[in-house]
Amino acid sequence: MQLTNRSKVVVKKEMTFIERMYLPAIFSGMFITFKHLFKKSATIKYPEQTREFSKIYRGQHVLKRDEKGAERCTACGLCAVACPAEAITMTAAERKPGEEALYREEKYAATYEINMLRCIFCGDCEEACPKEAIFLTDRKVDSFYTRKEFIYGKSILVEGLESDKRVDVSVRETKAVEEFKKQKEFAHNETYDKNKKKTVAGH
Amino acid sequence: MITTYLFYLLSFLAIMFALMVVFSKNPIHSVLYLVLAFFTIAGHYVLLNAQFLAAVHIIVYAGAIMVLFLFVIMLLNLNKETEPHKSIWLKASAAVASGSLLVVLVGSLKGAASIPSAKTFDASIGLIENLGQTLFNDFLLPFEVSSILLLSAMVGAVMLGKKSIK
Amino acid sequence: MTLDFLIYKIILVLIVFSITLLVATYSTYAERKIAAFLQDRIGPDRAGPFGILQPLADAVKMFMKEEIIPNVSNKALFVLGPGICMLTACMTGVIIPWGKSINIGGTDYPLQIADVNIGILYLFGVLSLGVYGIMIGGWASNNKYSLLGAIRASSQMISYEVAMGISIIALVMTTGTLSTGEIAAQQHGWHWNVLIQPLGCLIFIICAFAETNRAPFDLPECETELVGGYHTEYSSMKLGLFLFAEYINMFISSAVIATFYFGGYNMPLIGRWVHDPNVLAILGFVFLFMKIVGFIFFFMWVRWTLPRFRYDQLMNLGWKILIPLSILNLVLTGAWMMRHEIINYFVK
Repeated sequence: MQLTNRSKVVVKKEMTFIERMYLPAIFSGMFITFKHLFKKSATIKYPEQTREFSKIYRGQHVLKRDEKGAERCTACGLCAVACPAEAITMTAAERKPGEEALYREEKYAATYEINMLRCIFCGDCEEACPKEAIFLTDRKVDSFYTRKEFIYGKSILVEGLESDKRVDVSVRETKAVEEFKKQKEFAHNETYDKNKKKTVAGH
Repeated sequence: MITTYLFYLLSFLAIMFALMVVFSKNPIHSVLYLVLAFFTIAGHYVLLNAQFLAAVHIIVYAGAIMVLFLFVIMLLNLNKETEPHKSIWLKASAAVASGSLLVVLVGSLKGAASIPSAKTFDASIGLIENLGQTLFNDFLLPFEVSSILLLSAMVGAVMLGKKSIK
Repeated sequence: MTLDFLIYKIILVLIVFSITLLVATYSTYAERKIAAFLQDRIGPDRAGPFGILQPLADAVKMFMKEEIIPNVSNKALFVLGPGICMLTACMTGVIIPWGKSINIGGTDYPLQIADVNIGILYLFGVLSLGVYGIMIGGWASNNKYSLLGAIRASSQMISYEVAMGISIIALVMTTGTLSTGEIAAQQHGWHWNVLIQPLGCLIFIICAFAETNRAPFDLPECETELVGGYHTEYSSMKLGLFLFAEYINMFISSAVIATFYFGGYNMPLIGRWVHDPNVLAILGFVFLFMKIVGFIFFFMWVRWTLPRFRYDQLMNLGWKILIPLSILNLVLTGAWMMRHEIINYFVK
C-alpha cells in the first residue's frame, strides 16, 4: 500500500566514481542545512509565549456551581463508573436543612477526589455527568514532588464562588447542556422544592 | 652573555631530563621526560641559529616518534607492576656496555681542538636556504640514498602489515 | 633590542592573546546559535539581549562546578593535560600575520608577533605537540574510555599530519618561502594561493578539520561510543580548558587557512580607493578577520551537517585517499614549476 509519494525504492548497486567521491552528496547536504538557516524557527519562547491550545483541549477538571453558587454535583457516581482509568472516587452525603445555598440537590458529594496521575483526560466523566457538573478545562495540571499531591480533592476541583473565580467552560458546553438549562424544574433547588416535588415522587 | 647562561641552563635541563628518563619507574613518565629532553636539545639548536633543525627535530621526534612511543606504551598498558625483574647479570652487562660507549664518546671527542671556535662559526649555516644548498649540492647522493632507505623501510612495513601475500 | 621594541611586542602579544580568547569565547556562543539556526531553533537567548552574555554564564557555571580528580588517576599529569592543550592552542597565533605594518612616527610596526623564517615549520611543530595534552589527559584519567579517546586522537593526528604536511610542501614550492608573513604578502590582489593550489587547499582544509578534532572527525570525543572521550573524567574548568582549546584551535586554523590560501589580510581592488598605509593595514586586519569568521562559520556549518566518520573510514580517508592525493598534488606542482625545462628537454 502506498501512503505517500515520498517513498524511494532502495537499489543496492555499485556506486559510480562521482558518488564514491561523496563530494556532491556532501555539498547537497550542506546546501540543505544552509537553506534551513533562513527558515522560520519553530520555537515558542515558553513563559512569554504560550502555544495556542486546541479549542477542545482537555485539561484539569472543574466541578461547576450553578448560577446561584450551589454545587451541581449530586454524587451519583456515574463519572466514576464511566472513568476508564478509575481515577475518580467520591462519598455521598445528605444535604442538611439550611445548606440549600451550598448544594443544589438533596444529595451531594462530601468528598470528591480525582487522581491526576491516573486520569487520562479522556473526557468520559463530563460525558457521563447527568447534572453537567464536571467539565474538563484548558488549565494544565501542576507538577508536584509527591504522589499524594496529585490527588485533587474538592478544595481544588470545585470552582470559586465569586464571579471572577468562576471557570468558563462555555466551549465545553454541548447542546445537551443547553437543553439541560432550559428545563426550569432543574434551575434551582428552591423552585424544584416548591413545584416539582410531587411530580418527582409520582414517577 | 644571555646565550651562555641559556646554554648552561639548557645543558643542565637536558642532562637532568635524560637521567629522569632512565630513573623513572613508569614508562609513560620516561617517554614524557624524553620529550622534554628533546625540547632542550631543540633549544640548543636554536642557540646555534639552526631554527630549521630545531623545528624539524620537534616535529619529527617530539611530534611524531614520541607520540607513537606513547601510543604503544599506552596500548600495552605497561606500568610499575608489570615491569619484569632483571637479574644482576643483566644490570652489570648493561653498565659495562654503556660505560664502554661513554669511553668511546669521550675518546672521539678528545680531539675537540679541531672543532671550529665560535669566532669562525658561520651564524647563517643553519638557516634553511644554506641547508638546502648544502643538502642538494654537496650531499645530493647521501640524501637520495637515505630517501631510498626510508622507502625500502616503508615497503617492508607494508609487507609485514599485509595479512596474506598473494 | 630597545625598550620601544619590547613594549610594542608586549602590546601586540596581549592584543592577539585577548582577541584569540574573545573569539574563542564567542565561538561557543556562535556554535550554539548556528546549530540552532540550522535546525530551525532559536538557541540561547536568555542571558542578555539575544543571549549575548551566554559565554559569561557558561564560564561562571564552569568555575562553580565541583573540581573532581579521580582517586586512581595520576594527579600531576591529570592537571597537566588541559594545560598543555590550552598552551599549544594559544602558541600558534604568534606567526599569523594579522595585517601589514602600521607606521607610527616614522617607524614601521608589523602586525605580526614573530615573522620567523620557518613559520610553517613552527606551526607544524606546535600543532604536533597539541596531541600531548589530549594523550596525557586521557591516559592520566585511568579510564578506558579516556584512554581510547586519547589513542584515537593520537593516531588521527599522526595520520592527518602527513597529508597536511605534503599539501603544505606543494604550497611552499610555489611560494618559495617558509615565512608566513611573506606568504601573506605574496597574495596581493587576486594572487590567492587557492587559485594556484585548489587541490592542496581542499586537502589542507580537510586535514585542519581532523587536526582540530572537529566533526566529522570528532572521534576522540564521540559521545555515542566513548562517553566523552579523553575528557570523560574531567570536570569544572579543566573540562572547560579542554573544550576552550578546541575553539581556539578552530580560530587559529581558520586564520591559518585564510593566510595560506585565501589571501590573508589582502583584499583585491581595495588599493584603488584607499592609499593611506595605516588605514590599509587596519582594513587588512578587518578583511582577515572577516575571512576567519567565515571559516569559523564553515567549520560549524560542516559540524551540523555531516555525520561522524567510522574509525576505519577515517583511516582509509587519511592514508589511502588524502596522502596519495597530496603526493599527486606535489608531483603536479613540481611538474608545473619545471614545465619550461621539461618542454625544452623534449623539444631538443
